[in-house]
Amino acid sequence: MNLFFHLGRYFLLIKRVFSKPEKISVYAKQTVYEIDNIGIGSLPIISIISFFMGGVITIQAAFGFTNPIIPLYALGFTTRESMLLEFSPTIVCLILAGKIGSNIASEIGSMRITEQIDALEIMGINSAGYLILPKILAAIFILPFLIAISMFLGIFGGYVMGIATGACNSYEFIFGIQAFFEPWKLYYSFTKVVTFAFLITSISSYFGYYTQGGALEVGKSSTSAVVYSSILILVFNFIITQLFFT
Amino acid sequence: MIEIKNISKTFGDQLVVDKVSFVFEQGKTNLIIGESGSGKTTIMKMMVGLHDLDEGEIIYDGENFPTLQVKDKQEIRKQIGMLFQGGALFDSQTLEENIRFPLDMFTDMNDEEKRERVNFCLDKVQLTNRNKLYPGELSGGMKKRAALARAISNNPKYLFCDEPNSGLDPKTSIVIDNLIQSITHEFNITTIVITHDMNSVVEIGENVLYIYKGKPWWTGNGKDILHTKNPELLDFVFASGFMKEVFQAVNKK
Repeated sequence: MNLFFHLGRYFLLIKRVFSKPEKISVYAKQTVYEIDNIGIGSLPIISIISFFMGGVITIQAAFGFTNPIIPLYALGFTTRESMLLEFSPTIVCLILAGKIGSNIASEIGSMRITEQIDALEIMGINSAGYLILPKILAAIFILPFLIAISMFLGIFGGYVMGIATGACNSYEFIFGIQAFFEPWKLYYSFTKVVTFAFLITSISSYFGYYTQGGALEVGKSSTSAVVYSSILILVFNFIITQLFFT
Repeated sequence: MIEIKNISKTFGDQLVVDKVSFVFEQGKTNLIIGESGSGKTTIMKMMVGLHDLDEGEIIYDGENFPTLQVKDKQEIRKQIGMLFQGGALFDSQTLEENIRFPLDMFTDMNDEEKRERVNFCLDKVQLTNRNKLYPGELSGGMKKRAALARAISNNPKYLFCDEPNSGLDPKTSIVIDNLIQSITHEFNITTIVITHDMNSVVEIGENVLYIYKGKPWWTGNGKDILHTKNPELLDFVFASGFMKEVFQAVNKK
């Protein structure tokens, strides 16, 4: 029953979020602010994690590829496939669910308990639309760029580590990252990113929006937002993968 | 003018507001007073649509608010200014942005006109040149005044104030009371103030509704209240021995 209650309330909230904005220019300004907040604010952590994860994937692959039958360019190929298919679109989005999700839930939750959302409602503003729609649009717009940067930095990290540890040479690695490339895999990855962007922002907003109580409840909402966003990212990762690979 | 007719509200099995009727007059400071938990804030929240009412009518200048469509309700809400107990200013915005917000949303003013309006509102609440401060940088009294400035920025027809003096010292309370009253008279607004501050009741209460255990118990004005014979109201007014002494001293004179 509880699940149906939350599902019903979530979809009703989403309906309110996508109702007609009071003034497009104000929403557009807010969306630009959120793009900066969500996108630029997450760039440093994504860059660092992606670079080092790419490096680690290359080193681990090099350690495993001891059989002389396996060509050395397989290192570049493996790093590219890992980054493009799973690490950047899924694992980075899970990390972002922690960073952005908790931020959104606590921001909206704090607004709820300090009556700022009531103030918006009394002014005649659709508070759900004004607070949540710009976040969803911003995330859907900016996350694909962030993930593209993550893919690039991950592969670059693999290249740097591969060369630095002597696991392969530059030519072989670059040959590897170009080998057997199938463009549809990029569609698959970015479909996942757009879906996850929607899930992270909408679920976190939902938990923030319906916070009741005080500071402790804001913390609980924030935790719930991260937990449920992460679980749903994994579920939808499975569904989308199944759809693309069968 | 706002009229409430027989409004009631139940939370669970507890009747919080029981058939309250009253007329809040335009151009006057209308007060709802009563002990904590008597249902004052619930009445106000029903009036602005934050709580649904179980029965009754809330009539804004001839329109029954609870029965209106969402879009029509929003039209009335655009004419409402509200001062919340904690201010409810947007933390991430400066005072100027806070006050400008309703103007950005609902008017076609250009930047210059908006700036002028913001400065006018800040002047009105004696916060001139504090445009760039954030709510976190303000004292309690300044927050209340800033929230009042935001509440009046879009020329509201109706002004709601939820315990505007809570947490303030007596001197600052008087400043806030006088501001509310002068704004009400100057702009001919229907103002509704919830308070249990007796000083406010006597100073600015032009039309007072006393709520006792969710029921309308007494109506009158702030001066009448000192001469009431209603035992529950007397209990409320003279709960503090200090008030009693002041009253007796005034009577002796």
